[in-house]
Amino acid sequence: MKSMDNIKNTNSKDETTASISANEAGAVVMAVKVDDLTVAYNYKPVLWDIDLEIPEGVLMAIVGPNGAGKSTLIKAILGILKPIAGSVSIYGKPYHKQRSHVAYVPQKGSVDWDFPTVALDVVMMGTYGSLGWIKRPGVKEKKAALEALEKVGMLPFKNRQISQLSGGQQQRIFLARALVQDASIYFMDEPFQGVDATTEIAIINILKELRKAGKTVVVVHHDLQTVPEYFDWVTFLNVKKIATGPVKDIFNDDNLTKTYGINYKVSVQK
Amino acid sequence: MSNAQLEIQLIASLVAVACAIPGTFLVLRKMAMISDAISHSILPGLVVGFFITQDLNSPLLILLAALTGVITVILVERIQKTGLVKEDTAIGLVFPAMFSIGVIMIAKNANDIHLDVDAVLLGELAFAPFDRLTIGGTDIGPKSLWVIGIILLATVALLIAFFKELKVSTFDPGLSASLGFSPVVIHYGLMTMSSITTVGAFDAVGAILVVALMIAPAACAYLLTTDLKKMLGLAIFFGVFGAISGYWVAHWLDASIAGSIATMLGVVFFLVYLFAPSKGLIAVMYREKRQRIEVSLLTFLLHLKNHSEEEERHVNHLNEHINWQKVKSKTVLDLALKNNMILINNKIVSLTKKGDEFTSQAIDYIITNEDTQIEDMKKHFFLFRG
Repeated sequence: MKSMDNIKNTNSKDETTASISANEAGAVVMAVKVDDLTVAYNYKPVLWDIDLEIPEGVLMAIVGPNGAGKSTLIKAILGILKPIAGSVSIYGKPYHKQRSHVAYVPQKGSVDWDFPTVALDVVMMGTYGSLGWIKRPGVKEKKAALEALEKVGMLPFKNRQISQLSGGQQQRIFLARALVQDASIYFMDEPFQGVDATTEIAIINILKELRKAGKTVVVVHHDLQTVPEYFDWVTFLNVKKIATGPVKDIFNDDNLTKTYGINYKVSVQK
Repeated sequence: MSNAQLEIQLIASLVAVACAIPGTFLVLRKMAMISDAISHSILPGLVVGFFITQDLNSPLLILLAALTGVITVILVERIQKTGLVKEDTAIGLVFPAMFSIGVIMIAKNANDIHLDVDAVLLGELAFAPFDRLTIGGTDIGPKSLWVIGIILLATVALLIAFFKELKVSTFDPGLSASLGFSPVVIHYGLMTMSSITTVGAFDAVGAILVVALMIAPAACAYLLTTDLKKMLGLAIFFGVFGAISGYWVAHWLDASIAGSIATMLGVVFFLVYLFAPSKGLIAVMYREKRQRIEVSLLTFLLHLKNHSEEEERHVNHLNEHINWQKVKSKTVLDLALKNNMILINNKIVSLTKKGDEFTSQAIDYIITNEDTQIEDMKKHFFLFRG
């Protein structure tokens, strides 16, 4: 927690612009580094030779058409999928040594919401990583889970069976589960899918708070219109990496067309 | 009750508990058919193990047969991974082949081997008490009681140790992998334990009943609870209930014990399916009926809210305006009156303050899909319970 507060202080001077934390020499710290990553399903590459560096402290969107490999990229970074070539490092070390620094929010549709459990229990799952094998969650973990539920405004629903929650509420539970991991880097796979406008605003506010606290947040995102408003960093992906960088520099019609094909235009109003 | 009767019920109950635990996770992982595949395809493993050990209760035989079960799972997954056929087809391809290899092996060696296909399918629970385990000349009980007892102890120990890992990898394999609990390791751990349990139970209850004991109790429990621990507890309860009641049904009918237990489990499931408080057939039908009426009520209230002219709000005109049958109109009118949502003056219907507020809230909910403000409405109206 101490180191986190330090980061918070250095960043608070300049919160309005995209603040990327840098060490004293001025070099940017890379939270995630992906080198020559290629992933294939049944020998058909879905990600081809990806080089990607994610600086610490950014709130980054990954955008691209369906089948561009956005979820696959996150899964490969997290070691859920095994790449056929390339490597990934989190703060300079392989993922399996850095698990405690990383939280993951899978797509809401990837789990069975009829599973017999309640909201609080799902959030508690976020603490399992720090517990390790066999050890069970105790009072401390429960307290952390309740705090996370409070943060996402879901405390009144803690004992609600998860199938009895609306889509937006389910997404908030997933977000709370990631918050409870108290990680440095958050990967989220379409957190805005199927949620109402209120939840979307609630979620993006929490993501912005995370960034303010010096965390790195990487989000697979679909709605191009909201990219400039929500994010400060963006990666264009379509099997290959098209571009990556600050939204204000690279979020333009040229890159959109390269990513989405024929003459794609979003007129982004400031 | 004789000693043998007691022993049979004890064995059946232990088998039921040992099956209910992995069965619960198989049901939640939508892998019920895998238990069918395992229970049939361990046969060749059993036969080979029997050639080597000449003892149906030898630990080596159990491990060999369990290994066949795990191989079956791997084969199914390999075939499925080719993308040429779906999982159910892959299961249907693998286990009959494995089972028939076992059947041929038994047939070819029928004279030398004390195993027959009937016993394999239906078990020999009735004879279980005759095969005793003796240590230094002292009789310490039926062999199969010890075999299933030890397997059950191992299952319970593993369940307690790895409950959280089993839960998270069943609910969300992606998260489980990212946290460092390899879903693959847990999957094969569960498959190995299911195979060992199946082999241990197989001798006592046969291939068909093993499946019934793994799936039916868990399926009953699934309809009754929303808590994984309670689901495990209920599955164990239903399993033991099926085992003991099945035994007495068999006793009464003078029929196969294994068959009677499986039948009782079927009966129990049917009853639970009908009467389960929230997921049961009757509860669902009742809820749907209520929801239909409530939608009608809302339509009716909205009509009143939108129309101030008396002609639109005359009791007799409501039928033609909303286009409902008389009975339905009466039900809806009564419901609205009972809830103090409308007033009827000279056959002119108007909304009360409560009715007006309710309508606004409900419409707001339907339009914005904001849930917080309807939390208290959920108590009284099924419509808002999702």
